[in-house]
Amino acid sequence: MTSVNATREEEHMDEERRQSNSDARTREHTEDRASESPEARSREEADDRSAEPSGGDDELLQELVAYLRENRTKLREEWAQRISDAELLQVMSDEEIFSEATEVYDNYMDALETGSIENLQTYARELSERIIPRGVETDEVLGIVLLLRDALARSLFARYQEDLGLLNRILDSYEPAANRIAVTVGVSFVEERERVIHEQQEAIRELSTPVLQLRDRLLILPIIGVLDTSRARQLTEQLLGAIRDNRATVVVIDITGVATIDRTVANHLVQTVEASRLMGASTILTGLSPDIAQTLVDLGVDLSMMKTVADLQGGLEEAERLAGYRAAAASDTET
Amino acid sequence: MSVAILRQGDVLIASIQSDLSDTEVIELRQQLAELVGSYRLRGIVIDVGALDVIDSFVTRALRAIVLTARLRGAETIIVGIAPEVAIAMVQFRLNLDPLRVALDLDEALAMLDRRNQRGAEDGG
Amino acid sequence: MADEVRVRIDGDADLVTARAEGRAMAERLGFPRPDPTLIATAISEIARNIVMHAGRGEIILEPFEDANRYGIVVTAVDEGPGIRDVEAALRDDVSGRGGLGLGLPGARRLMDDFELESNAETGTTVTMRKWRFRDELARLREERRRGA
Repeated sequence: MTSVNATREEEHMDEERRQSNSDARTREHTEDRASESPEARSREEADDRSAEPSGGDDELLQELVAYLRENRTKLREEWAQRISDAELLQVMSDEEIFSEATEVYDNYMDALETGSIENLQTYARELSERIIPRGVETDEVLGIVLLLRDALARSLFARYQEDLGLLNRILDSYEPAANRIAVTVGVSFVEERERVIHEQQEAIRELSTPVLQLRDRLLILPIIGVLDTSRARQLTEQLLGAIRDNRATVVVIDITGVATIDRTVANHLVQTVEASRLMGASTILTGLSPDIAQTLVDLGVDLSMMKTVADLQGGLEEAERLAGYRAAAASDTET
Repeated sequence: MSVAILRQGDVLIASIQSDLSDTEVIELRQQLAELVGSYRLRGIVIDVGALDVIDSFVTRALRAIVLTARLRGAETIIVGIAPEVAIAMVQFRLNLDPLRVALDLDEALAMLDRRNQRGAEDGG
Repeated sequence: MADEVRVRIDGDADLVTARAEGRAMAERLGFPRPDPTLIATAISEIARNIVMHAGRGEIILEPFEDANRYGIVVTAVDEGPGIRDVEAALRDDVSGRGGLGLGLPGARRLMDDFELESNAETGTTVTMRKWRFRDELARLREERRRGA
């Protein structure tokens, strides 16, 4: 039986393509890992105490949630007090804190009771969307969730202090659930922040790869800044689309403003030039720094497909010749 | 009909209308070979704009057409390769010479004219 | 499986269908350009192999996803005589005519994951996969996970 598992491994591969297909089947649930061992532990201990009369973990959980719900007003007050003492959420008014606190509390209870964090995640994301523009920081969000955790834990201590055994079992139920809630809220907040940042980055990226029409049938693409694979891909699409829309016959790609490129991007660039050729346009690459030129040579990148000119001015002159705006050179190569 | 072929003077224009099966590709190749044999042509323009996929089979067929036409003194130019198809062909690393390409029909005809002019100038 | 699409390959006309179905699913799954074309092209190559070397077989298209990515799995199955020299079939020839003319190295270049199983008794199965990160955030998460 011949079996070959052949994963792409060449320089063309970009950051995304590093793993073999076995990884594709792996699922990662970071939020579950945090609560795995305590739960397993408490389940073990529950088994050991199977002789005792008071109900299983689930019943205990329901009981403590019911208790926490009953005392909602008081506990929410205590929590708000802790928040104020810790000087968190100063950007928000008392009314805002109150209304958000009520929602957080109720969602907290639901999450404790059902063990499901999906609703909590949705709520946490929405909450983050609201408070991030207000300037609320990550440490504040984590801080207030932990303060709520503390306030609730204290009240559980107070309630069950007479019976240490029972208190322990109550905490065994409470702690993993409460920890998972804290992690969920924290992670949702951080993710929302990152999403916003990347949205902004995308917008900037799109603006920074303009394809300009220099003359009829002559395009110029000046690239400035960091050229990574994702940007290179975007660049290719924009360029090829522009070639089609402008019926361009010559393209000048200027990389004066690019400091370094790696093998993946270099190959991507070459492929872009080849693809441009298939659409009837020839490419002139200008602005290669000695560094980049050396890199390309070292990488063994095939530059035979395109003309390279050291400076932009020279490149533009060559481009105009190619496009027929200047007297053609003796060796006129079409495509 | 999957391919429309018309003759404009001494230039043949083949317009592919939709995705072709391998059999249809071979038929096209044979048809063009026949026409190139029957007429004195200086150029063939093949519009592949309707092809969403140009794979190794189509490329081989196009290459064969180019070489056959050349034997009869005609130059073949492929037009209408879409951006995504161009990227696929390049990434696939298909062997693309001796294919000549232009963006569209107008470009191709202009190219054939230039070639013709040059040929005349060289006294060929 | 619910979202699976199967295309019987009995002749070269079925290649047209296989390409179209592959493109359609890729677009439905949200692959940005030029991926649907890359996928359809790879499908074209491996589906043709079925026709040329086994006479008939099947192309199976299914979506797949995990925490950070979405993608498509393309499987080409036939009960043909098998590929004797798998190594040669996958070898990337500098001249471009490598791979025994089976187009496999090229198809592999267009996809992200590529597996080939072939023997004379049971035939050939090619499994290819193409995927994308859901968004920048998912890509970051994955890079961090791998300690990039």
